[in-house]
Amino acid sequence: MASIIEERPGGPGRGAYPAEKPTPRESSESLRARIPGWGADLDPADRPSFPREQPGIETGAHWTTPEDQPETYPRERSIEHAFLTPVFGTAQPPKGVSGVIRRYSYARHSEAKFAHWALLILADRVDSIESQFTSILQLRPDNPITETGILSEVRRHGLSSRYGRNRTDVKHLWLDPILIGGPYILAGWAVLRVVRGKRRRR
Amino acid sequence: MRAMVYRGPYKIRVEEKDRPKIEHPNDAIVKVTRAAICGSDLHLYHGVMTDLRVGHTFGHEFIGIVDEVGSSVQNLKVGDKVMVPFNIYCGTCFFCARGLFSNCHNVNANATAVGGIYGYSHTTGGYDGGQAEYVRVPFADVGPSIIPDDIDDEDALMLTDACSTGYFGAQLADIHEGDTVVVFGAGPVGLYAAKSSWLMGAGRVIVIDHLDYRLEKARTFAHAETYNFVEYDDIVMLMKKLTDNLGADRAIDAVGAEADGNLFMHITGVKLKLQGGSPIALNWAIDSVRKGGTISVMGAYGPVPNAVKYGDALNKGLTIRGNQAPVKRQWPRLMEHIRNGYLKPSDIITHRIPLDEIAEGYHMFSSKLDDCIKTVVVPPSAA
Repeated sequence: MASIIEERPGGPGRGAYPAEKPTPRESSESLRARIPGWGADLDPADRPSFPREQPGIETGAHWTTPEDQPETYPRERSIEHAFLTPVFGTAQPPKGVSGVIRRYSYARHSEAKFAHWALLILADRVDSIESQFTSILQLRPDNPITETGILSEVRRHGLSSRYGRNRTDVKHLWLDPILIGGPYILAGWAVLRVVRGKRRRR
Repeated sequence: MRAMVYRGPYKIRVEEKDRPKIEHPNDAIVKVTRAAICGSDLHLYHGVMTDLRVGHTFGHEFIGIVDEVGSSVQNLKVGDKVMVPFNIYCGTCFFCARGLFSNCHNVNANATAVGGIYGYSHTTGGYDGGQAEYVRVPFADVGPSIIPDDIDDEDALMLTDACSTGYFGAQLADIHEGDTVVVFGAGPVGLYAAKSSWLMGAGRVIVIDHLDYRLEKARTFAHAETYNFVEYDDIVMLMKKLTDNLGADRAIDAVGAEADGNLFMHITGVKLKLQGGSPIALNWAIDSVRKGGTISVMGAYGPVPNAVKYGDALNKGLTIRGNQAPVKRQWPRLMEHIRNGYLKPSDIITHRIPLDEIAEGYHMFSSKLDDCIKTVVVPPSAA
């Protein structure tokens, strides 16, 4: 693209930005000839989300308000809702300690509170630990080899996909084992300290 | 039935689950024939999304055959081959009545700030998703559509989210004839957004990423001018130089929470989850676009705060638009574009894997191995 900025007599590096839009590097006619469909939606009226809000849009609904889905267990809900929504997901009801944390978070905090989300993230991590113990009791323990999909490193060219290919994520790859494994090592160290401390007291 | 289940960050497996049941008169049960892994599924896989429970089945991009319908379903029957938008919506609430299907207020008990989405944690309603043999589809008379005979199944699959989202993203950018559009991210949504920008009359489409194979796809599939940000000290400076120091007219963030390119942001946003994702791409968009320009945010972010350069956005008088795409609104026009030969959504599919190998599929996609762009998942009963 030719620059629209012209040097002025005031000296090197001086200039002024003009009112005109920079000249396109390629004309509309050329783009239309080169790119299939160029400009097919040039008119905003052809764009399905214009205008953004379309009162009275056809949806297929044949009800004024939806029927209520039966509530088969006390369904947690955001306190920003006036009531339980007529339809809701029933996958994975809250359970265990993580479930207690989740129910407290929903009952106590609105979505505007950081504590709401922090408690839900905490519950997610507790759920993960609880589920690891449960899976051992059910004789189906987590298998880090198959569940992390790490074998695809071999089958899907892990080394050649990463190295010599200018990828920015490779630069901080070394951090991943520390950030993922670090909390487990720290937790193990803390448990060890507590156990040793109790033994000494005896 | 066989279904993918979440076991904790970076861990998933396939196990036997109960087949979903009709829970509401307008429910349908759909037997999944094809599902896809979306870039936003990685936010789940990495544990970035909140209220993500062990046992959850992901998958908001799927097509299938209607296997059972509830007593009030009128528009579908058993045996129909359907495409299902990722949005779950009632069709009659304040938002649905205005076409804001992705913002439905009647389907997500867990949050008011986001609508209902299949297989996307309890923050989006607690519905299991379609990376399984069967899935419960609420409001079957509203969301799903029968796949027309002349639309290829895999094209239909791409329309359930990624293609519709990219197309919607280009619309939100408010592109005028001759505009320069810069798209951050050459993943599926970025590729579709770049391609769609031409449909809306862009004069120049620039795509930024750090994966050369994806930039190559942006050149061939989306006819875009591409730059690998790793090769430049300051990608914003490059954008300014390319646009006579004014900035691009429009920018599209097609990256979202997993963005890379700034170590501090990546660690705090992605690895430590101290932000609702890493806002690098959004900040680059804010700094790269011209004053008075428009930014369309298609990348997904979590519900906790992000370190976004809002001061720059304010001082530059930017318009920032975002939303989850109201998918079904896009379909009639996108199908016209497919029929006219302007668009072939399935061209970006790089891998097809059996459901039982999905853990490896996620690792491959997450780690960008084997030049992966888009992975389709095939349930055993549909193989």
